[in-house]
Amino acid sequence: MLTRRIIACLDVHAGRVVKGVQFLDLMDAGDPAELAIRHAAGGADEIVFLDITATHQERGILLESVRRAAERIFVPLTVGGGIRSLDDARQVFDAGADKVSINSAALGRPDVISEIGARFGSQAVVVAIDARRGPTAPELAEVFSSGGRRATARRVMDWAREAEQRGAGEILLTSMDADGTQAGFDCPLTAAVADAVSIPVIASGGGGNAGHFTQVFTAGRADAALAASIFHRGISDARTLKQQLASDGIPVRLPC
Amino acid sequence: MPASVTVIDYQAGNIPSVTKALRACGADVRIAATPDDLRFAAHIVLPGVGHFSATRVLHESGMADAIRERVSAGSPFLGICVGLQWLFEGSTEAPETHGLSVFPGTCDRFPGTVKSPHVGWNSIERVRPSRILCDIPDPCFVYFTHSYSAPMIEATVASTNYGRQFTAAAERDNWMAVQFHPEKSGEAGLQILRNFLEVPRC
Repeated sequence: MLTRRIIACLDVHAGRVVKGVQFLDLMDAGDPAELAIRHAAGGADEIVFLDITATHQERGILLESVRRAAERIFVPLTVGGGIRSLDDARQVFDAGADKVSINSAALGRPDVISEIGARFGSQAVVVAIDARRGPTAPELAEVFSSGGRRATARRVMDWAREAEQRGAGEILLTSMDADGTQAGFDCPLTAAVADAVSIPVIASGGGGNAGHFTQVFTAGRADAALAASIFHRGISDARTLKQQLASDGIPVRLPC
Repeated sequence: MPASVTVIDYQAGNIPSVTKALRACGADVRIAATPDDLRFAAHIVLPGVGHFSATRVLHESGMADAIRERVSAGSPFLGICVGLQWLFEGSTEAPETHGLSVFPGTCDRFPGTVKSPHVGWNSIERVRPSRILCDIPDPCFVYFTHSYSAPMIEATVASTNYGRQFTAAAERDNWMAVQFHPEKSGEAGLQILRNFLEVPRC
């Protein structure tokens, strides 16, 4: 049976992890490669690096982290943040990433989705959507670009369908309303997008405990969920989280 | 001496991932871009992600003939993902592109009853004894990402169920193939690659 994925997400700024679990026994707890290796060993089904600065000068530092991580982790590795062109994507794939996540660049020039897909395959292209809806219905949720700073006046449902048509392999859907609250994912929004497209939907934003993940995999119909701030003393790794999901009847990769 | 393995580069994706995993298994990895590069290949790996039509270049470049020649001369061959599908007669994804026809049947799209592509960790179940799946738990979770799949055939050694039962791994003589990505399937995947590297030339 196809299992639901737990994807460990590391926010990287200037080559250092700025969010996500800090393992106390690591030599360098801010090193993206070391943390990625630890998450993979801890049972994460995939790893995501999100470069939240992604300036031109820092791109090289990130690629070096990707290279070092890719030498030693053998689960899928996705890199997002600042990828604007086929050439940016090629550098990330050459460093050993399996997928790229594109967001603002795809909104600005949607052809970049099909360009990367044509060369590296659709499975390698994740389109990330930052969504906000406030108190309105999921169907009215709006897409934001530039790290959530700019409203685009585009409906999330329309953009998700267009991304699929243009050859996206997966949708990474972040609820800006839920992000940072640790109060649970936006399940109605996730379910609406999951129903609108036939490609997998990765839910992001708001996961604070195992129950939230169970909800987004049932009511939210998510295929995968991003885990970042959930890792703390009680749930120290993906394995522990998945054991709790398994006891709720969610199919997960265990043992892992 | 480390096992020597030649990975075929036909401009279809994940060469770095596959070579890194093979190196982590202790292999000495060479890349072959032309039929000539295959002349002394001991073990051969054909990776591949993306569209079936990308395999057309294997026939056009003469790589297909070179592969057949080496494998009949005793080199074990491992096809991954599209590399598995290419061993069949063809795929409805690109009906004008022929496969190598080592295995009978045609690859086809998943039925509309399930989401496509099939992405993520799914279980494989053994249907016959297998060299590459030796010491692998049964069932075992491995990582898939594909929209087309191969039919169940006599050479199928493991199957997966997603909308229908399909060939997850197949073996016949020196021809071995997996639909999933061993290079992305954690410790189980590395063990499968190590098993392949240990298949003797014969």
